[in-house]
Amino acid sequence: MREKLQRFPALRAWLLLLPATFWLIVFFMAPLVIVLVYSFLERGTYGGVVWNFTFENFQRVFDMLYFSTFLRSIYIALLTTIITLLIGYPLAYFIATRPPERRYTLVLALMIPFWTNFLIRTYAWLTLLRTNTGLINTMLMSWGIIHEPLPLFGNDFAIVLGLVYGWLPDMVLPIYAALDRLDFGLTEAAGDLYASGFPTFRRVIWPLSIPGVVAGAMLVFIPSLGAFVAPAILGGGKSLMIGNIISNQFLAAHDWPFGAALSTLMMTFMLAGTLIYFRAAKRGDAQ
Amino acid sequence: MSAIIPETRASRMAHLKQRISNISLNFYGILGYLFLYTPIVIVVIFSFNDSRSTAQWAGFTTHWYVDMITDSQIIISLWNSLFVAIVSTIISTIIGTLAAMGMERYRFRGQLGMDALLYLPVIIPDIAMAIMLLLFFNLSGIGFEVWNVNIFGINLAVPYSVIIGHVAFNIAFVAIVVRARLSQMDRTLEEAAQDLYANTWETFRKVTLPMMMPGILGGALLAFTLSLDDFAITFFTSGAGFNTLPVRVFGMIKKGVTPKINAISTLMLAMSLILISFSLISRKRGGEDQSIEMF
Repeated sequence: MREKLQRFPALRAWLLLLPATFWLIVFFMAPLVIVLVYSFLERGTYGGVVWNFTFENFQRVFDMLYFSTFLRSIYIALLTTIITLLIGYPLAYFIATRPPERRYTLVLALMIPFWTNFLIRTYAWLTLLRTNTGLINTMLMSWGIIHEPLPLFGNDFAIVLGLVYGWLPDMVLPIYAALDRLDFGLTEAAGDLYASGFPTFRRVIWPLSIPGVVAGAMLVFIPSLGAFVAPAILGGGKSLMIGNIISNQFLAAHDWPFGAALSTLMMTFMLAGTLIYFRAAKRGDAQ
Repeated sequence: MSAIIPETRASRMAHLKQRISNISLNFYGILGYLFLYTPIVIVVIFSFNDSRSTAQWAGFTTHWYVDMITDSQIIISLWNSLFVAIVSTIISTIIGTLAAMGMERYRFRGQLGMDALLYLPVIIPDIAMAIMLLLFFNLSGIGFEVWNVNIFGINLAVPYSVIIGHVAFNIAFVAIVVRARLSQMDRTLEEAAQDLYANTWETFRKVTLPMMMPGILGGALLAFTLSLDDFAITFFTSGAGFNTLPVRVFGMIKKGVTPKINAISTLMLAMSLILISFSLISRKRGGEDQSIEMF
């Protein structure tokens, strides 16, 4: 047996991979296939499914009532990604240009919010933004700056703010990782040659940081599109995203096939995004 | 250089510009960290507020913490969280480490497909994975049985489905972290051990495993944190009546904001801080500074 293992390394590799393969095929691939199959079935009366093949669920997915929520979710996820990039890039740049010991502390300080439960970080904004009893409106009103509470809560603004806050470390860390590999002597060289700040940035720093930007954008966009907790808490039950509509099919509407069809559409979209990411990453490597 | 070339007006201007941009960058950095920390700090502050309000300060109290630890529902969900996290971390660390070795040390046909299978759970959003697992457990009928455990006199009834689901998403994360470690490892030590007639098992146990250890610990810590933080998968796969701490907190938030939730949040924050310190210690032991490779 041992000799056989030594002669056939592939066999040993497969033995090492056997537990993971088993677990992921039974508890990941099989569930994935079930979702795909269910999305073509008819709904049962009290949840569950009737085994009749139909395209109706996908027709409903593209019904404007639901598809508009899907489009809005893409819009919210894109907006979140762009704002996170605009806030996160300078922050990553700031960290990368500090002396090494300070850099370590600053990255560590980024880790604490990063490792803190997303639910708690969302809850924090709930206590700040709530219309009548939120900290921001309470303070502004007691100082007499405003007389009516600002509409900070239960809308897209609150959701985007919560998502930006939640995923900012995911944007900063990969950009920092890319910038950290960059030799800032290069930018000084450019500066010595009297290239002013912006051309140096555009020609030297930005191209080298693209892989980090792409990775960060993926890390923010995917969970934002699938967001479910932030809109449930900060959307105030009015502003919903696709994740909430999916969960409602299982918690309230008892329309499993429709929920499965919505999930299928969402996963297709993410997979496409990931493929684009790997393309871009490859191109980045080629440069 | 500067001794030979006299400082020109232009270079002085450039110097001044540099200083201004440096100051504004510092200012921006401070703002960035304020943005990240202010909401969390405010949650902690109001967990000590002597009022039901989370917006107006009314004096210091530890009342909400007393309220928290005397609430048996919260204590049970805390133990549920820890139990699920520990069990799923152990299983996923073993499976993920073996998979990382198989992927990193060998080249074989079908490896690309294996790569896809391993990493797909990472890119699928947790709500989709939660729905998948819910339908799977419902159709197959397996997994909803509970594991009855008694911890310090507290009876827990943990559905197997939750543990199975947590392992399914954690394997990938452990495999990624351990693979990163394996790819950086110097293989000459292992070759030296084998030249000295150590057999495969001895080489593994005395050389490879200790060198892999920081990666395994890092992967286990990540799995533990993700498991402790998970809301969606637990929420959808547990069936009625089972709560982990995040599921419990979500239910409480839906009913309204109270400083008691702030107190629980502070507790969870403290747990994260402990985990971060562990991961720092394990990294120091590993003798490397890769704060960035944490995720």
